[in-house]
Parts: sequence; C-alpha cells; structure tokens
Amino acid sequence: MIPLMHVILDVGAEAEQAGARKFREVLEAKLRKEFLSEDVRIVESANLGVSGQGVCMLVYPDEVYYGNLKLSDADRIVDQHFINGKPVEELFLDSPEMRRLMAWRRREGIIKKGRGRVVLDNVGAVDPENLAEYKSRDGFRALAEAVRGGTPEGVLDTVKRSGLRGRGGAGFPTGMKWEAVREAPGDRKYVICNADEGEPGTFKDRIILEGDPFRVLEAMALAGYATGAEEGYVYVRGEYRTSIDRLENAIRKSREAGYLGRNILGSPFSFEVRVKEGAGAYICGEETALIESLEGKRGTPRLKPPYPVTEGLWGRPTVVNNVETLANVPPILRNGADWFRKFGTERSPGTKIYLIIGHVVSPGLVEVETTTSLRELIYGYGGGIRGRRRLKAVQVGGSSGGIFDPSVLDEAMHFDALKEKGGILGSGSMLVMDETTCIVDMVHGILNFFLHESCGACFPCRIGNERLVRTVNGFRSGSARPSDIDLLEEIASAMKVASYCALGQSPFLPLSTAIRYFREEFEEHVNGKCRAGVCRFKVLKERQEARRWTVVMSR
Amino acid sequence: MDGRDVAVTINGVRVRVPEGTMILQAARTAGYEIPSLCFHPDLRPNGTCGMCVVEIEGVGVRRSCCTPAGDGMDIRTNTPRVMDTRRTLIELILADHAADCPICDKHGKCDLQRIGQDLGIREIRMAPKEVFSRRSDGGIVLRDPNKCILCNRCVTVCTEVQGVANLTRIGRGYTSKIGTAFDLPIEDSVCVNCGQCVVYCPVGALSSRDDTREVRRSLADPGKHVVVQEAPAIRAALGEEFGLSPGAVVSGKMHAALRKLGFDRVFDTNFAADVCILEEGTEVVRRILSGSPDLPVITSCSPGWIKFMETFYPGLRSLVSSAKSPQQMFGALAKTYYPREAGLKPEDIVSVSVMPCTAKKFEADRPEMRSSGFKDVDYVLTTRELARMIKESGLRFEDLADAPADELMGSYTGAATIFGATGGVMEAALRTAYHLVTGRELENVDILPVRGMEGVKEAVVPLPLPDGGTLDLKVAVAHGLGNARRILDVIRNQLETTGRSEYHFVEIMACPGGCVGGGGQPFGSTLGTRAERGSGLYEEDRTLPSRKSHENPAVQRLYETFLGSPCSEKAHHLLHTAYVERERVHGRAAG
Amino acid sequence: MTTSQIIRSLEPTQDNLLAILHRVQDANPANFLDQPELREVADYLELPYSFVYGVATFYSMFSVKPRGRHVVRVCASPPCHLMGGRTIRDELREYLGVEFGDTTEDGLFTLELSSCLGTCGIAPAMMIDGEIFGNLDGVRLREILDRKRREEP
Ligand SMILES: Cc1cc2nc3c(=O)[nH]c(=O)nc-3n(C[C@H](O)[C@H](O)[C@H](O)COP(=O)(O)O)c2cc1C
Ligand code: SF4
Ligand code: SF4
Ligand code: SF4
Ligand code: SF4
Ligand code: SF4
Ligand code: SF4
Ligand code: SF4
Ligand code: FES
Ligand code: FES
Ligand code: FES
Repeated sequence: MIPLMHVILDVGAEAEQAGARKFREVLEAKLRKEFLSEDVRIVESANLGVSGQGVCMLVYPDEVYYGNLKLSDADRIVDQHFINGKPVEELFLDSPEMRRLMAWRRREGIIKKGRGRVVLDNVGAVDPENLAEYKSRDGFRALAEAVRGGTPEGVLDTVKRSGLRGRGGAGFPTGMKWEAVREAPGDRKYVICNADEGEPGTFKDRIILEGDPFRVLEAMALAGYATGAEEGYVYVRGEYRTSIDRLENAIRKSREAGYLGRNILGSPFSFEVRVKEGAGAYICGEETALIESLEGKRGTPRLKPPYPVTEGLWGRPTVVNNVETLANVPPILRNGADWFRKFGTERSPGTKIYLIIGHVVSPGLVEVETTTSLRELIYGYGGGIRGRRRLKAVQVGGSSGGIFDPSVLDEAMHFDALKEKGGILGSGSMLVMDETTCIVDMVHGILNFFLHESCGACFPCRIGNERLVRTVNGFRSGSARPSDIDLLEEIASAMKVASYCALGQSPFLPLSTAIRYFREEFEEHVNGKCRAGVCRFKVLKERQEARRWTVVMSR
Repeated sequence: MDGRDVAVTINGVRVRVPEGTMILQAARTAGYEIPSLCFHPDLRPNGTCGMCVVEIEGVGVRRSCCTPAGDGMDIRTNTPRVMDTRRTLIELILADHAADCPICDKHGKCDLQRIGQDLGIREIRMAPKEVFSRRSDGGIVLRDPNKCILCNRCVTVCTEVQGVANLTRIGRGYTSKIGTAFDLPIEDSVCVNCGQCVVYCPVGALSSRDDTREVRRSLADPGKHVVVQEAPAIRAALGEEFGLSPGAVVSGKMHAALRKLGFDRVFDTNFAADVCILEEGTEVVRRILSGSPDLPVITSCSPGWIKFMETFYPGLRSLVSSAKSPQQMFGALAKTYYPREAGLKPEDIVSVSVMPCTAKKFEADRPEMRSSGFKDVDYVLTTRELARMIKESGLRFEDLADAPADELMGSYTGAATIFGATGGVMEAALRTAYHLVTGRELENVDILPVRGMEGVKEAVVPLPLPDGGTLDLKVAVAHGLGNARRILDVIRNQLETTGRSEYHFVEIMACPGGCVGGGGQPFGSTLGTRAERGSGLYEEDRTLPSRKSHENPAVQRLYETFLGSPCSEKAHHLLHTAYVERERVHGRAAG
Repeated sequence: MTTSQIIRSLEPTQDNLLAILHRVQDANPANFLDQPELREVADYLELPYSFVYGVATFYSMFSVKPRGRHVVRVCASPPCHLMGGRTIRDELREYLGVEFGDTTEDGLFTLELSSCLGTCGIAPAMMIDGEIFGNLDGVRLREILDRKRREEP
C-alpha cells in the first residue's frame, strides 16, 4: 500500500531535544484514530534542512514545512491539513520570509511547476528505505526490461541518443563515456558513482542519495549492463552519514530482491555494488583522485592520459559518473530518449538541479529545465533577495565558477551558458550576493577554500594558492599595491596553464571575472576603502588570521 | 615499447624517436632543453612541477616530461605562454624558498638555481615567506625543509627504487611536507642511510652529515697520527668535482691530495677489500663444500643493505656473511696490525676513511665496530667532503702529480678496485674462490655476466672440484634495495617451501650501480654516470699487475705476520661481526 | 570490540584502509589514530608504516593528534562565509576559548575548520561529531554547546 502523504519528521539532535519522538507518538496515535496510518507515512530525517526551529516536519507532496510544533498541534494538523487539505498557516516555520515564500509559492503554483520531473520525482514522495515504494513508482522497471528483453547495445544507444551530459561539473556526454568503457579492452570493468559532493554550495547529490537511493543503484546496474562491468562502487564523502546508511540499506534490500548480485532477475547479468566512504578531501571528487582514494591511498590525482575509461580503478576500464547524472538514467530508459529530449535545450537536454543559496529569501534546490534563466532561479525559486536589498553579484557553478554582475540575469542556465563570458555551469550552484557583500572578501573566501583543499602534489596549485590568498589578504588589510591586481591574474593564469588537475586551474575563473566585473572595488581596497564595510584594514589582525589558517591546516 | 618510431616536429625541427619517448627527451634529440625540476631520467615521472610545459598544436599545453611524443605532433617548447608560465612559477617557488645559495650544499649542482639563472629571473615581486620551519634532524641524512620544493623525488627513490619506504608525503596541500612514518626524525627511523634521496634531490633540501671539521682538527693535532683509507668507488668519481668526466680514474691524484692535506699515512681501502675477499671467499667455499643449510651466502660489505636486512629481513641474518666490510676490516687493522708494525700506540691513531657512501658513517658508529678496543674507524668522509677539503685547502687538484698509496696497507689488486661497481664483489670473490677450491688459477678473470646495470643478474659458474666433479655455482647479483627485495623474496620463498635455496652466492649492494652510485658521491648521478664510473673501475682492473686478491703481496704478508690464515681465530675476532634484528618503526636494535 | 577486532572486521585489502581507519578512530576515546593503532593497521594490510601515516594525514576527518570528546567542525567555505560564517568562527573561538586546531582545557571540544559540509541551504553551518547544525547565530551556538556540555556525565 503506497501512502498518499509523507511526513518527514526532523529527528536531528535539536529536534530530538525539543521532543520530536514524543510528537511522533502523539501524531501516530492521532493517525491511528483517524484510520490514516496507511495513508500517511512518517519518515524520520536527521537533517531536514532547517535548524533551530524545535520540532519540525515537512509534508509531502505539499512541500509544507511546519516548525516549533507543540504536542497539541498534531491533532490540528491532521484534522485541518491532512483531512481537509488546508495547511495550517500559523504553524508554518516561524520566519516571516518562510511564510511569505510559502504563500507566494502556492499563489504562483510554483510547487507544481518546480517539482522534479526527471530526477527528483521520488524524493520526498517515497520512503527511501522501502524498496516496495520505489518499485511502485516504476523503480527497477528499466533494469528488469534491460536484462530480460533488452540488450546492452540497446541501453547504450538510448543513453547516447538522449544526449545526457554529466552533472558532475564538466558536462561530458554520458553515452560517449559508457561507449568508451564498453569498447576498452579488459575482462573486468567497474562503475563508480561519484558521491563525493564537496563543491561549496552544492548538496543535490545528498538529497538524491537520502531521498531515492534505489534509483542510483538501478542506474549503476544499467551502466554495468551497458558497459560490461559487473562491479560498482559508490564513493560517498565521509560527512554524508545518512547517505551512506541509506545506500547500505538499499543495497541489502536490492540484493535480497534479486536486483543486485549474481544473475539479476535470473538473467546472465550480475552486478554488485559496494559503498566506500571518503574521509574529508574535496579533491577526491576529481575522478582520478577518487580512484586513488578508493584504492586506499592518498587522494592525489593521477596523470592523464590514460583516462579512467581505459585505465581506471586498479588499472581497468572504469565509468565514473556523478549521482545526478546516474539518477537521470532510469527515467530515460523507461520513457525513451525522445521524452528526455523534450526537456531543456538541444545541446543540454533534460532538467538540472540548481542550488540557490546565499542572500535569497528561500535558499534551497530546485529541479527545472535547462532553459530556465538565472533571473527565474533567483527571483522565482529563490524568492528574491532577502531584506529587499539589491542583487550585487552571483557566482554561477560553485567555487570554480565565474562571479558576475546582474547583467547576466537573463541567461538560460544550460551547460554552455555564459561560455563566451568565461563562465561554467559547474555543479549548478548559484551563490547570490547582495550589496552588503565585499567582493574582495568573497574572493578571499573562495581562494582560501582552494588553498585548504589543494592536495599539494603539484607546484603551481600548492604554492600558487597560498600566494593568491596572501596577495588578496593584502587588499583586505590595506597593504596591497596597485600592481597586485595584475599579479593576482598572472599567478592564476600560470596556475591555469601549469596545474596538474582542474583544482589548480579553478581559481582563475572566479578571480578573473571578479576583477573584470568589480575591478573598481579592488582598486578602492588599495586605497583603504571597502564600500561594503566588511574589510576593516587592520593589517595586523589579518596577518594573524592568515597564520591561523596555516596552523590549522598543518594540524 | 615495440620498437616503432614516431616522427615529431619540435620548434620546427623534425625528429624521429622511439615510440613512448617523452617529449622532454625528444626535444633533446632536436637540440632543445626544456627546464624541469621534478623529472629525473631514472625515476618514474610524477609531473608535479609544471616547469616543463610545452604547447602542442591542436592539443594545448602539456607536461613534456610525462607526455609521450605522438606521431605527427607539432610541438613548441618556447611560446610566450609557456615561457611566461615558467617564469611566474619559478618566481613563486623562489619566494617560497630559503634561497641562501652561497652556503648551500647543492650550490652549482642545484636545478632550481640553474633554472632561475637560465630564465634570467632578477627580481622576486612577492614577499618572502616569513616563517620558515626550522631544520630538525641530527643523524646522517639531514633535511632542510626550507629548501624542499616538494618534488617527491626522494619519496619515489626511497620507495620505488630502494624499497625502504621510509619517506612519504605527510599532510595535504600547502603545509604538507616530506617525512617519515609518525613524522619521526630521520635518524630515529628505518632509514638505511643509503643517501639515495640526497643524490636525487634536485635542490639542497637533503644533505649528509659533514665530518670534515673533526678530521681537520685531528690533522692539526700533533699528538695524533692520522691514517686514511679510500674506498674503491671514490677514484672513479672524485674527478667530477674538478671538471673531469665520470669514470676518470684519479687514484694517483687522490693519494697525492690526501698526503698534501696532511694525513700521516695514505693507505687504501682496496687493500682491505683484498683481505675481505680472502675472508669471505673462504667462508663461501667452506659453507658450500660442507653442505651447510645456510645458503646462499650473501655479501655483507654494504652497510645500507645490512641495516635494511636487519630491519626488513631479519630472518635471513644467518645467510649473510659474517665478514665485515672492507672499511671496518681496515679500521680494525689500522689500530692493531699497523701500530704494531709501525711502533705506534693505537690510542694515538686516528683512522679516517673516505667513502662514496653515507651509510658508512652509520656503520663506523655501530657499537660492534670496536674490535681493536677503540673505535675502529673514527671519521668517515664522503667523496663530496673530500672534494670540499681539497678545495678549501686551495689545492689545484688537476695539477697534482700521481702518487702511490703507502706500503703495508696500500697496495691492491684489480679484484679490489672493482668492488665499487655492482657485481664487482662477486667477480672478485669468484676469482679467488676458484683458486681456493681448485688450487689452480682462473685463466680468464673477466666474468662478464655479473657486470652491467641490469637490476638483478644471475649466472651459473662451473667450478671444477678436487674430486674431479664440477659444482655449478648459482650466483645472483642485485643492486638497489628494490632489486634486492626481488631476489630476497625468491630466496625466502624457496627456503620456506623447500628448505633450500637454489642459489649459492648472492651479492647485494644497497645503491643502484653499487658504490659508484653511493649516497656520498658527487651530485648529478644518473644510472648513466654510475655505469661510466663502473667502467672506470673495470678499466683500472685491467691495467693493474695483479687482478686476484690472494695474489696481493701486502695481504699475504698480513696473514703471514699477523693473522695466520683466513678465518683464523684472530681474523674472526677482528674481521668478522654479527647482526641484530631491528624494530620497524625506529630502526633501533630490538631487545 | 578491541582495536584488533575492529581492524580485523574488514578484509585485509588495501581498499579497506580508509574504512578501517574510520572505525579505529571512532572507537578511540580521544578521537584520533594513535601510533600503535596505525602500526597494527599497516601490519594487517601489509603496508609500510610511512604509507599508512601518509594516508592518515591526508584526510581532514582523520587526526594523528589526540582530540576532544567532541569535534566541532565549522564550515569556512564561501557560502557559509557569505551568510555570516566569519562571525560564527569568531564566536566559537571566543566561547570555547581555543584557536582552530586546539582542544578545550576540559578535553570536551576540539575546534576545527571544515570545507563545505553540503548543507549550504542552512548556512552558516557546523558539524559536531557527524551531526549538522545550521542557521547558526551567536545565541544558538551557545545553546548548542551548552547542551553538549550538560549532556556530559
Ligand atoms: C577538484 C574537482 C572536484 C570534483 N568534485 C566532484 C564531485 O564532488 N562530484 C562529482 O560528481 N564530480 C566531481 N568532479 C568531476 C569529476 O572529476 C568527474 O568529472 C565526474 O565525476 C564525472 O561524472 P559525470 O560525467 O557524470 O559528470 C570534480 C572535479 C574536480 C577537478
Ligand atoms: S592542481 Fe592542486 S589539487 Fe590538483 S594535483 Fe595539483 S596540487 Fe593537487
Ligand atoms: S637549494 Fe638551490 S636555490 Fe636553494 S639555496 Fe641551495 S643552491 Fe640555492
Ligand atoms: S651570487 Fe649573488 S646572491 Fe649569491 S653570493 Fe654572489 S652576489 Fe650574493
Ligand atoms: S637515505 Fe635511503 S633509506 Fe634513508 S630516507 Fe634516503 S633513500 Fe630512504
Ligand atoms: S627533499 Fe628534495 S627530493 Fe625530496 S621532495 Fe624535497 S626537494 Fe624533492
Ligand atoms: S662496499 Fe662500497 S664503499 Fe665499501 S669498500 Fe666496497 S666499494 Fe667501497
Ligand atoms: S652500495 Fe656502497 S655506497 Fe651504497 S650503501 Fe652500500 S656500501 Fe654504501
Ligand atoms: S619536469 Fe615535467 S612537470 Fe616537472
Ligand atoms: S664483505 Fe668481503 S666481499 Fe663483501
Ligand atoms: S558552504 Fe558551508 S555547508 Fe556548504
């Protein structure tokens, strides 16, 4: 029996403290009384994406957040909302912005339009620990059809025709990657799901893994089927405890039901999946560093070529795909390549999960077509700029992305967006900055991230990042020389040319775009002026801060 | 590779190179050097420094040290883009580096210094790093993290070539560094003191303990009688410090220089090498003929190898010859035999050795090495240290007239001199073993299969036995401890499974190429220069009047007047030793 | 389980190294990997000690120095920074009275900086022993830490 509604109850430490368990008991009792136990399923989540709001819950499919709940509220919600369909507005998460957003969303019908149609359609709608629910929504149908009546070539062909491009940052065509692995010589091949998600501003893969883990497994099995691999690994960043647990559970249940393991559904095809956890290193998201780490080594990128498609895990042909990329695969195979191509643009078909964060009213994520403009993302789904302030800048694509001024608002966020402006879509993260932001300070934060996460193997990135941070610190502390603007660009471009992997090449884009669009601010800082009032030009203090970083990093 | 050639164009010059050749080397063929810091021709490229970037038409920027030249590639090594990049990079590195060249061990041999010069860097626009870490190590292999550019060459050589895996990268990112397990000081680690990391470091971040000051003091002390010995491998490399090419044998100038430095007696380790052959040869022959289960006999003259064995293969201790190394044999005799002959008091004697080797410093300091009742070898200098003393004293080495070593403990045979090259000890021992077993002399003393730079060499040498039969002596030679691991694992496996090994006699030298490639030799060693130095030694061997250790008259005299016979009780006391087991964290003797 | 049992709970293949280190560290009362533990792991997997040490120091979730009972990892990545992360970092330092990388005198908290924790929707955020706390401000921060303190026996 598939429930009509889901209640995702926050059971994180704080909610627990506030009495979440007790609330659950009361709610369950009320549901029993109303004979709704089977129609409304309560799912516990350790991290609902809100914090400090007492007992909270999220109701699907309405996407309504309740917060600061008292025990007596349970009855009211069930009566008024679940039975009569009228959400209890007074109990909405107690923040004016959230209320405004809720009201606006309902008015604009955004919820329906914004609901995921390809990737996130199950998230929040199914119990992520329950295989039957996944199956009830066509889960594992694509795999069953493939191994029973289909062929590896057929699967590969559909993925190729769909035009699916990798969602891990580079946008590489997935079908081509699979084909390369399929054609690479070798008796053992591997499929790796890259769930190391570490890009600042990005948490879409976590939402998929926590909300719909079976889908990722199905996709990996399909990738194995298409490429001739019989083993798969999900490399999950160590911080994603819940994702790891949900995956382990999903693997166990899928094996028991014959969707993974030897002779899947009685066919000759076998596929095993194991979970491997990282231990805190952003660089392990880079596919060859990931492979090194998975093999039990320091996560240092490998020389390329050879690429993983020919020599990957243990030197064998290996598919490495991002979580979101894989999550697209089952629906593509169920509905066909043409269905998928109906969404998005010719060269970037499908939908994309965008992360809208920073100074917006309602930070969060949304899955929409790649034809969506930045303006819609920020002002529509993000609810606009908080506190009625003005938009100053937006960094598109995560930390490696360009920092633009509002002139780019009407660009559609497909893979090749902003290309001529030097931008990338990256992870799909949109970091929104209002006028209280100091660009120099932000650039410093971004560069500090790269410094902290550089693996240190190659000279340009190891020394270059430190020097960039140090030079930007000069601007923050009022000790920079005018020529330091050029020096920043010079260092970053040498890093771009000579770094060993993309991490060391990354500072160039945010830095050069920041300088291009906000050069004045850099110049003002040379003269001891910060228009946002963030930098206080205390030379000594900043020195200390810089040193602190060094101390911390040397552990 | 499969022997095919590819054609590439480099700065407009067309060249053909074998498939698999890296662009960096292909460029050399075309007449262009590309600056490189992390690349060394003997080591697997790691592509970390980024200095060697070049542009390939239609492909983009690539690292030339680790990108194979592909057929039809059009490569430019000097475009504005890559040249600007290199200059910025060098500036970045130098701003992050304690560049005190005049007082740096690597001055003049330093890749960073040379590239900085070649690129004409005249200004660093970046503030120097304020807080440099302090240097910490005592011991023999010294580190200066302020000069380390983190090229990882030392880690590669220690791990992949030497199989010691003492060094690793610690930490991540900018603050990462080179260190040992648990970040212990090198002298308190499993380091075997081979000094290969020092040799392969492109800059002055690694160096070795300097003992010249102590030696100078002894030389200046009128109450001391200072004797010196020089290892075989020195003579084929010392000349490099004075502009000669690798392999130029400078025995005569070396002896002359030492005398001018004020040593009271200039002897030669080669004399002791001949003694060593008699001791070890006798041991080998006895063990083989008596059907001892402790076979193969493994040579013991490389202290780097000995510490390695004690740490990683302590179970094989009983196989290793009990004979001391020539350095220590010499040391024991220099404070017993020599003072007796010369009418001196042993406590007045200071015994100095000049070695191609950093591990010899460790060996001389071992508690076992005091069989004369004193420290048998007081000070060990490396080839580099000797060269520095010569320069410091203002001697014009090139102009020195050849001089022989002093009598008594100075004359030597060709067998002794080839000790310095891989396979040399084996060859020398076989020349004498033949005599010991058959009573006859070997006609053709050149035993070619054990020569050369192959990592592990094997041969079967037929030995006619007194009873008319023939013993097919199975021998193996390994140089570089990584190669040693290969043969040792085979032997250990054979012993574990069948109780016997097929090998009779095995030579192991810690350093690639043998002592000619030792950690104390002039900087700039490659497998190529090591081979050239080895050839120099084989050249000297051919020109010496005697080429077999047992024919050395000074050695014969030693046995007649002092030791009795090889492996006599006295010889055993002075010239043989025992080994310990070491624990695998600190490398200290266990128990 | 003893440390040896924990180590041996996974197959002795190199790809299990990180997983073993995680388990060993989680069982260590001072939240770190000590030398005997690392040696035993290395021996079990037949890896050089230096290698295992190199791996243990590469990843920021591992520590080779003793830490407090709770590890407070505060996000220092740009999105959190933008949402007031700097203030949070200052407040934490002040309230706990330690610098980043250090442990409070009572041995309860070790303060560390972290890169993005993947919860930027509730920036600024921090993680205490695997648990996420977001939408932080000075008041909430104190509440959370006080509660952790009170929970101690
Ligand atoms: C520094 C760096 C970090 C990366 N981090 C991630 C990551 O966290 N997740 C991810 O899927 N891909 C990441 N990538 C991209 C991967 O290398 C790889 O391109 C991707 O997993 C391929 O999957 P896709 O084709 O499905 O996009 C990163 C790349 C770099 C250079
Ligand atoms: S660019 Fe940075 S992260 Fe990449 S290999 Fe070099 S140091 Fe490591
Ligand atoms: S390492 Fe090279 S550059 Fe550095 S001080 Fe020594 S000689 Fe000069
Ligand atoms: S080379 Fe230049 S820097 Fe070096 S000692 Fe001479 S003058 Fe000084
Ligand atoms: S001296 Fe030899 S064993 Fe010691 S660290 Fe250097 S390379 Fe390794
Ligand atoms: S010590 Fe020398 S060889 Fe080792 S990483 Fe540093 S610079 Fe390179
Ligand atoms: S072992 Fe090496 S250093 Fe020692 S005597 Fe022989 S050749 Fe010379
Ligand atoms: S091979 Fe020669 S130089 Fe190297 S450690 Fe042994 S004795 Fe020393
Ligand atoms: S020499 Fe090629 S990268 Fe260092
Ligand atoms: S010790 Fe005499 S030959 Fe090696
Ligand atoms: S930036 Fe802090 S959690 Fe992502």
